[in-house]
Amino acid sequence: MSKAGMSEANMSGQIFKDSATDRSFRPKWFTGRIFVYGLLILWAFICLFPIYWTLTTSFKMAPDVMKGNLVPWLDFTPKWLGWKSLGLSPDTIGADSTVRDEFMKRFTNSAITSVTSSVLAVMLGSLAAYGLSRFSYKFLWMGNSDISFFFLSQLILPPVVLALPMLVLYKELALLDTRIGLILLYTLSVLPIVIWIMRDQFSSIPTELEEAALVDGLSIWGAFITIILPIALPGMVAAFILSLVLTWNEYFFAALLTSTHANTLPVMVASQTGSQGISWWSMAALSWAAILPLIVIGVVLERYIIKGMAAGAIK
Amino acid sequence: MVLLALAQLLQVQGVHDFGLTSWRPTLYAYILWAICLSWGQVLLYGEHGKRTLFVLPAALFVISLTVFPLLFGLVIAFSDWNLSSPAGRSFNGLSNVRQMWADPFYWNALLNMVWYVLAILVEYAIAFGLALALNAEIRARKFFRVAFLLPLMLSPVAVSWMIGKSMLEARFGPVARLAKFLGWETPSFFGTPGVAKATIMLMDAWTFIPFMMIMILAGLQAIPKELNEAAKVDGANGWRAFWEVTFPMMLPVSITAILIRIIFKLKLADIVIAVTSGGPGGATDTVTSFIFREYRDRSNVGYGTLLAMFYLVVIIIVMTILMKLADRFARPRT
Repeated sequence: MSKAGMSEANMSGQIFKDSATDRSFRPKWFTGRIFVYGLLILWAFICLFPIYWTLTTSFKMAPDVMKGNLVPWLDFTPKWLGWKSLGLSPDTIGADSTVRDEFMKRFTNSAITSVTSSVLAVMLGSLAAYGLSRFSYKFLWMGNSDISFFFLSQLILPPVVLALPMLVLYKELALLDTRIGLILLYTLSVLPIVIWIMRDQFSSIPTELEEAALVDGLSIWGAFITIILPIALPGMVAAFILSLVLTWNEYFFAALLTSTHANTLPVMVASQTGSQGISWWSMAALSWAAILPLIVIGVVLERYIIKGMAAGAIK
Repeated sequence: MVLLALAQLLQVQGVHDFGLTSWRPTLYAYILWAICLSWGQVLLYGEHGKRTLFVLPAALFVISLTVFPLLFGLVIAFSDWNLSSPAGRSFNGLSNVRQMWADPFYWNALLNMVWYVLAILVEYAIAFGLALALNAEIRARKFFRVAFLLPLMLSPVAVSWMIGKSMLEARFGPVARLAKFLGWETPSFFGTPGVAKATIMLMDAWTFIPFMMIMILAGLQAIPKELNEAAKVDGANGWRAFWEVTFPMMLPVSITAILIRIIFKLKLADIVIAVTSGGPGGATDTVTSFIFREYRDRSNVGYGTLLAMFYLVVIIIVMTILMKLADRFARPRT
């Protein structure tokens, strides 16, 4: 939908670009251009500088940090100090390192919880969204819109309301400090977003497709799996990536509900921050290692994330 | 169906009576019951049951993970329960409520939330400006989009170290240097209450402006270009065309973006916990971070739950009012 709007916009832009009226506005247009680019570059700088700063800091020695040197090789000589303390520098990568083991454990925990809960959320959410966009339900007094609202209203629920009762319940269920416990809660927390995106996605698919499939003798579920799912795949990918990012970054539940076994990466980063006499280079290395997967995802899959977030904007 | 449910109920009861160490069998029983319920739907109602099967799993999942804990939370909200003490739970009626009423830090945290939410208006203005710039015909659109998106992707905890602890460090941080260069003799970003609050707001804005920007950008791209051209033909300059064409057209999207942003803002906690832990003197506390510390320091589940419950009630009231207002504002113009 937005894509169609964009190409249309580009087309009309080209039509009008060199018209006589436009040419007379040339100088004004030029200053406007400088202003726009200035704004964009300034904001890009604001966005990227912390990432750059952290990356360079992880290669700095103490004096370089104090002096506030910025450019590697010009201001300071990069050293593997920070990465060495993580056990991830070239000369320590072969050796045993407890810090690296710890880091890898947390990394695995984070990866498992976020991927599993995202998959679960996309599955449950897609089914529910499809059902809600196609059929009409009646449960007690609740109609379709009430059920949708019930799902989406979970978004308003602040995690803190669930956190403490969950803590006690999990203790009783022996789910405290397990990955399963975290996965369940994470799935819950991203489910409304998935349903939102997928409902948008499904309602853009014409119903004639399934009707034709039903005539051909497929069941409802058969039609859903063989016809609709492949078409809705981009939306599912968008929802999946978005939930992956959200669950990977989640800190609050992880800090409350895990202690030694199922700790995730953000908890490790946070616990290091609090410690006294922070060695900047190792903290920087740790932070950077924690955000690296996200930067990769952001650069490679930016299209899907934007699609996912824009889903709710236009009705 | 009913028989199955009854059997399950008996099983749950039985587990309880056998006095197993954990309640986990109950969880399995619930899952089994959910599967039986779904299967029963198909068997009993055929085609119609198959349709129910789409929504049922998600509904059961959400109900089990929100409704049960909420009901349970209501019970423990009115009890004195210190998890680290062996005494266990004891019902203490309204004394938690009285304690909350007299707790200045809690009210302070609620008041802080008002400030934090008001900061969204500034975020919105910045996000709108950036979206307009991105919507212009520019080169390297892809680069800018990725660069603008990145802050949203990064883990807030890592961000709080990267920005809060290292870049804003009073002696060596680059931002502190810049502040010194600009004439602030002794920059300290978390020293005084006002500055600390503003700094947290800025950090949060840094993370979430991309989100609003993308929503607004999507809205901008859905506006047909002809409208602006028409306005220009009618003699409106850029500024007036914006206020009279673009802005009213963008109103529904803007309201959606702001509402969602408020919802996210009300959950704000990680940055505060990791950077200031509420200080100085509770100036940067959010409700969530306050309850988090309340639990961590005193492990009093009962009181913390009551605070959270009260917060939920406040949120529901505020959001309902806001949604009603949003409806009133959005409708006549679109």
